[in-house]
Amino acid sequence: MAAPVKVYGPPLSTAVSRVLACLLEKDVPFQLLPVNMAKGEHKKPDYLNIQPFGQVPAFQDESITLFESRAISRYICDKYANQGNKRLYGTNPLEKASIDQWLEAEGQNFNPPSSILVFQLAFAPRMKIKQDENLIKQNEAKLAKVLDVYDKRLEESRYLAGDDFTLADLSHLPNGQYLVNATDRGELFTSRKNVERWWGEISSKESWKKVVEMQKSPSPKSA
Amino acid sequence: MAIKVHGNPLSPAAQRVLLCLAEKDLEHEFVYVDLATGQQKKEPFISINVPAFEDGDLKLFESRAITKYIAHAYADKGTPLINHEDLKKMAIIGVWLEVEAQRFDAAGHKLSFEILVKPIKGWTTDEALVEQLQAQLTTVLDVYEKRLAQSKYLGGDNFSLADLHHVPIVNNLLKTKVKALFEERPHVWAWCEDILARPAWKKVLEGVKF
Repeated sequence: MAAPVKVYGPPLSTAVSRVLACLLEKDVPFQLLPVNMAKGEHKKPDYLNIQPFGQVPAFQDESITLFESRAISRYICDKYANQGNKRLYGTNPLEKASIDQWLEAEGQNFNPPSSILVFQLAFAPRMKIKQDENLIKQNEAKLAKVLDVYDKRLEESRYLAGDDFTLADLSHLPNGQYLVNATDRGELFTSRKNVERWWGEISSKESWKKVVEMQKSPSPKSA
Repeated sequence: MAIKVHGNPLSPAAQRVLLCLAEKDLEHEFVYVDLATGQQKKEPFISINVPAFEDGDLKLFESRAITKYIAHAYADKGTPLINHEDLKKMAIIGVWLEVEAQRFDAAGHKLSFEILVKPIKGWTTDEALVEQLQAQLTTVLDVYEKRLAQSKYLGGDNFSLADLHHVPIVNNLLKTKVKALFEERPHVWAWCEDILARPAWKKVLEGVKF
């Protein structure tokens, strides 16, 4: 029996949680390994060997080491295509193309402004860092435009790429979770009828609920 | 014609798609979209984004999704850009595809806009931002230097989509003072010269008045 895959990093990290959600959707056993960032473990040579930017997550599966959460997720879906949620990354090239399109939309259009908002509104106060009001305003406006496009799309389509919940939707969960639950800007989602409906569906997935539990747990180890 | 690309040939994203089509030796029709007139906002299909792509009934946006589709759908034509057979090798290419999308482009695209595009349009370059972006790019290029010391191309032994995605922005940045950041890293520089010298890229440039 194959050894569980290894994921390095804390579940509170949005990028780590993206990978965890994917592993849970695909029923892939994993071991979660802590990286002591307070002690600078992520900048030490041993860690930089597996993640050259000194960030989380890093991932190991038998002899392969990967980083970048979206690349890790795609690999998991390709390698474990026949188990768990088989429609997560499509079952044919046309489905895959549509999923890739919305995965790129997430990575290029949704992620930058939402990441900045999550940091400014949810993390900066906890870290006693001063918030940048201008940055918040700018990125709220950017994110609003993106969500307008999403709202139109989700009027005609149950999920972003089509009728099925896919990696494209999943990729939005980490930042969405913080925005809706840890900031006062949740109405960016809830004021848009179709986005609200979609958010309700994707955030109630069992796999995501498990990830949120892991984020709340003091020392989550594996699944 | 089955394959159509809608966009502006000066846009790095459109160039990414055109380069991919050139590497794969695929015939296509290019439909020029004038960003200045807001033309891209008019038609429902291409209003989301440019470049937009059609292959028969398939419609796609996001340049990196388009190139991925082309690389897989036409895997047997022209230059191989992804690895269909070896899951591990494909995964490594996948990592560097994300590094370009998430890290290189974030700094590189904005730098290109500040230093190259703004002056052309008569807008003021934000020098403070340029300094910040150069620092960001330096971090990325340091990682690239290490990577390219052990691997001929970013994704492995062969030129792949991961390298291809960099070409338009690298091309732009080498026309500016930022060229120094690339030149002073020998493996990065060798890689730049290699990817810019490819015949497919020269073909794309011939179609661009810049």
